[in-house]
Amino acid sequence: MRKEQADVVIIGAGPAGLAAATELRRHGPSRVVVLDREASPGGIPRHSHHAGYGLRDLHRVLTGPAYAQHYTQLATGAGAEIRTGTAVTHWESHRVLASTSPDGLAEWHARAVLLATGCRERPRAAELVPGDRPAGVLTTGALQQLAGVHQLPVGRCAVVVGAEHVSFSAVHTLAAHGVTVAAVVTRYPRPQTYRTLQAVTAGRHRVPIFTSTEVSDICGARRVERVTLRNSRSGTTRDIECDTIVFTGDWIPDHELARTAGLDMDHGTRGPCVDQVMRTSQPGVFAAGNLTHPAETADVAALAGRHAAGAITAYLSGESWPTTWTPVACADPLRWIWPPRLSAGTSPPPRGRLIARALSFCGPGHLEITQNGQLLYRERKRRLVPNQSITLQAGWLPRVAPAAGPVSVHWSPG
Amino acid sequence: MTAEPAYDVAVIGAGVVGAAIARELSCYQLRTILVEAAGDVGTGTSKANTAIRHTGFDAKPATLESELLRRGFPLLTSYAAAAGIPLEVTGALLVAWDAEQLATLSDLAERSKANGYTAIRHVTPDELHRREPHLGPGARGAFAIPDEGIICPFTTSLAFATEAVSNGVRLRLSSPVTGVQLLDGTHVLRVPGGEVTARWTVNAAGLHSDTVDHMFGHQRFTIRPRRGELIVFDKLARPLVNSVLLPVPSSAGKGVLVAPTVFGNVLLGPTAEDISDRSATQSTQSGVAGLLAKGSRIVPELLDEEVTSVYVGLRAATEHADYQLACYPDQRYICVGGIRSTGLSASMGIAAYVADLLADSGLGLHRTAHHRQAHMPPIGEATLRPYQDEDAISADPAYGQVVCFCERVTRGEILAAAAAPLPARTIDGLRRRTRAMLGRCQGFYCGAHITALLAEAAGTPAEQLLHLGGTAPAPAPRSLNPIPDRAAR
Repeated sequence: MRKEQADVVIIGAGPAGLAAATELRRHGPSRVVVLDREASPGGIPRHSHHAGYGLRDLHRVLTGPAYAQHYTQLATGAGAEIRTGTAVTHWESHRVLASTSPDGLAEWHARAVLLATGCRERPRAAELVPGDRPAGVLTTGALQQLAGVHQLPVGRCAVVVGAEHVSFSAVHTLAAHGVTVAAVVTRYPRPQTYRTLQAVTAGRHRVPIFTSTEVSDICGARRVERVTLRNSRSGTTRDIECDTIVFTGDWIPDHELARTAGLDMDHGTRGPCVDQVMRTSQPGVFAAGNLTHPAETADVAALAGRHAAGAITAYLSGESWPTTWTPVACADPLRWIWPPRLSAGTSPPPRGRLIARALSFCGPGHLEITQNGQLLYRERKRRLVPNQSITLQAGWLPRVAPAAGPVSVHWSPG
Repeated sequence: MTAEPAYDVAVIGAGVVGAAIARELSCYQLRTILVEAAGDVGTGTSKANTAIRHTGFDAKPATLESELLRRGFPLLTSYAAAAGIPLEVTGALLVAWDAEQLATLSDLAERSKANGYTAIRHVTPDELHRREPHLGPGARGAFAIPDEGIICPFTTSLAFATEAVSNGVRLRLSSPVTGVQLLDGTHVLRVPGGEVTARWTVNAAGLHSDTVDHMFGHQRFTIRPRRGELIVFDKLARPLVNSVLLPVPSSAGKGVLVAPTVFGNVLLGPTAEDISDRSATQSTQSGVAGLLAKGSRIVPELLDEEVTSVYVGLRAATEHADYQLACYPDQRYICVGGIRSTGLSASMGIAAYVADLLADSGLGLHRTAHHRQAHMPPIGEATLRPYQDEDAISADPAYGQVVCFCERVTRGEILAAAAAPLPARTIDGLRRRTRAMLGRCQGFYCGAHITALLAEAAGTPAEQLLHLGGTAPAPAPRSLNPIPDRAAR
């Protein structure tokens, strides 16, 4: 087993990991290594061939692959080492990680570790969708790799499950590869994306959108042959013949390393509990990007990585690790709030904002922040849309009393 | 019609039982053929069960099932070690949750002793919770069965069939037997595109064993498929369970078990639903919901973890309580039917018994001079896997290239599976041989890459691997002739 020493080991060469590596090298740590199990760096944007990347972080508009390439060049240009084809398999001990690559096994001893392992879509089984288990049941991620990266055949006719941004990205990918999209199906009463995105994808290809509808059965011996949809309002069912089903959205962090490290985990995001500068419950272990808020756009993940670099540099220069935190709690109709904990005396979160997700459509109303029954801040929202990013200004953070119990975020309609 | 050369024995069905019989017969100077309806071995009941290596402590005493479980136990234990079949002796805890189950518990202990299994012992509630700290509250009593274990059902069938083929047994895949003729002391088995002729026939056709039995003119039993749905939980759930947690049967049903798997997951199931359709392997909303409700009592924290997959198997139950195993020396026919849920554990006992029946019926069994042992790829968590193996990686860097991240399957293993004596020719076949894509992402990261790898390594178009041939006909019958032993890495 080869022994390697580094100031910072970053796991995941996606937007968060590469942005952190770039920024870290600008601040000073001499050896910054980014490990990634994929064959090429860049993360999820590599497979996403549409424009819209780079708005908030680079102030320009790029396609996914161009964005991935840009960040790879920034990181290597800044002097970070990127090791692809390197799968981090487990923790040997605190801040010591084991990896496998064609060069053999290695043990990475780091002064600081940044987990930037991202998130993935929950597959059909995790959604407990009953029926047969034939080929042709995909996620958007699998679809993009099949069609975009490996140029393999997708199918002839597909049903897309979900109606959030990524769902319409799947519609776009399917249509671009000659697959007829028979339907977009969402269990919510209406789609969760912008009308324009809907118009240029589903609208353009005249794809019907079935709302308040769930997949109640999948049929097919070898390949998908039919899907049964059930309307939850009327109870009626309808069968659609198709050979492909794409489950979209419903993101879950790729949190295996975070969990096996024994980090405190957040029940809402299912990622590790971090504070506003990405510190986890273990000294020297940071987590940033969509591992902690599944899923924000790539630029938001990159800005989180860049933000973490400051705290990592401070830690390496001897700044002490917080021992107490103020938890941030939320309740229905909020699904989660990020960051799940706050620490005193540090900088605000990236973009000066908190991030939240809703479970259901609401609005208009106010998001209210209280501590100990005392209102710290309220912000008006025209609406809450499930799984669509909700942000909240963080100017009230200095008013949080460190020892006064949890901060609560709740929704007040009207 | 081109008649193939006559075989001494034709075994119908390459499930775990048929493959075990073929392996057993490959030790003797016999010409044996293993005829399988599906395109791969171990694709029916054998691939979708609870993956438990039973001691048989709770079998009905004085049945053939009990006898063959007892006989098969030491055989499978030593064979698994020799062939590299993932097997972990975790022990089991039989847990009673109410007064009725508590009463049955002592009956089961008695039954265990009647079955000759005496290592079963009482466990106090304190010890129970010490051994299983995540067990739900309310357990009334428990027994420990220290020799129960977990096994890889995929590798078991594949090891038997690989060894059979390596020792001269011919394997004929995609060949459902559609009829039988008895001609001048020869059995003519009709299969698509030809026929198989043999002196003896062993019927190990699993869910279709009654159909084959009818072809030989018998009406002894009818298969009544019992559907079992099972839930596989994420590997992050593995620390919640240390041993197999067995249910105590009661008037409310047989109950469900919670068990670790040799791949490091946790299994919850099975349901038990009598159905008539022998191909109805779909999961149901009610079945899964029922399992989750029961699982929440046994290990409550399990329900906080992600579900990796749901699968369904059909047990070949009959109207009878015991195996339907009969020898008709005049017909030179042996029926091995109604092997319900213990076939995996009893497989080698059944095979040895079938060899005895053949010998007793006058088929001369003479051992071959050399027998090649199968060596299966290490896919279990209890042994060193290629991604952890410094020597394997330095010998071939493809074993350091992890392509399925969730299950840590390397490119080297994919290529080896495509070139094995029983090669992977489908995505499902690859899954069962390597674990690729069986993990939590279900192909989100790796599905396309691995499909492309297999298409290239197996020389099979990706359309075919993805079953995109429209209403494609079943694949043409494929034979695997005896080939030199290229033991898997």
